[in-house]
Amino acid sequence: MTFDTLKCAATLENLNQVIEFVEEAADRFQLATKKKFGLLIAVEEAFVNVCHYAYPDAGGDASISCGTDNGTFVVEIADSGAPFDVLSLPAPDTTSDIMDRQVGGLGVHFIRTLTDQVSYRREEGNNILQMILHKAEDTPP
Amino acid sequence: MTIQTTKEANATVLTIAGRMDAVTAPEYEKALNERIAAGESAFVIDFQGLEYISSAGLRALLATAKLLKTKNGQIRLANVLGTVREVFDISGFGSIFQIQDSVAAALADLG
Repeated sequence: MTFDTLKCAATLENLNQVIEFVEEAADRFQLATKKKFGLLIAVEEAFVNVCHYAYPDAGGDASISCGTDNGTFVVEIADSGAPFDVLSLPAPDTTSDIMDRQVGGLGVHFIRTLTDQVSYRREEGNNILQMILHKAEDTPP
Repeated sequence: MTIQTTKEANATVLTIAGRMDAVTAPEYEKALNERIAAGESAFVIDFQGLEYISSAGLRALLATAKLLKTKNGQIRLANVLGTVREVFDISGFGSIFQIQDSVAAALADLG
């Protein structure tokens, strides 16, 4: 699989650039609109997490890579911050009423819910979050 | 994102269009907080033109709704449609906000 990669500073100013990069790749792959919409939310959540938490002391970069393999679209978001697996966070509370509702945890919930497969690995000093979408409408079991 | 404001007899209507993401959500929060600080307490948020919302947008909605509740204010959402509606459903936000099919219905619900 070959990847197209965008490397940029992990700051919110670059969010639009990141989203456009992934959207263009998803369009070339002809990912269904509904799946693409979900993917772009997941990508925002993952990139914003890197912007907020990967580099608490100084700035750093994020790498966003898009690749395709047969019927599969793969996005990887990498940072070189301290080891951290966003998928280790607990599921958010989605049932309590308005005053008790907490604002945290929704981002990773969207990453899990809006992709077909998601995984984390630590590789050569980088945190890499891999998100996979299948081209077919139906999500395989 | 654009925010257009209309004063109706019993509420302020904020019409949101475009994208409510990590970059733009603070604009929504600021706009609503300023109106709450100025003493306004009844709002309808019209999402007819909203194309996209992420957790940052939901966070801003929740923060302003909580603030409003502490001041005994009221908020209704209108026209939560399509993919934006799906985001509300998977986050459980569809059950914590009072959502109406139209601005007129939301205004009527506020009474």
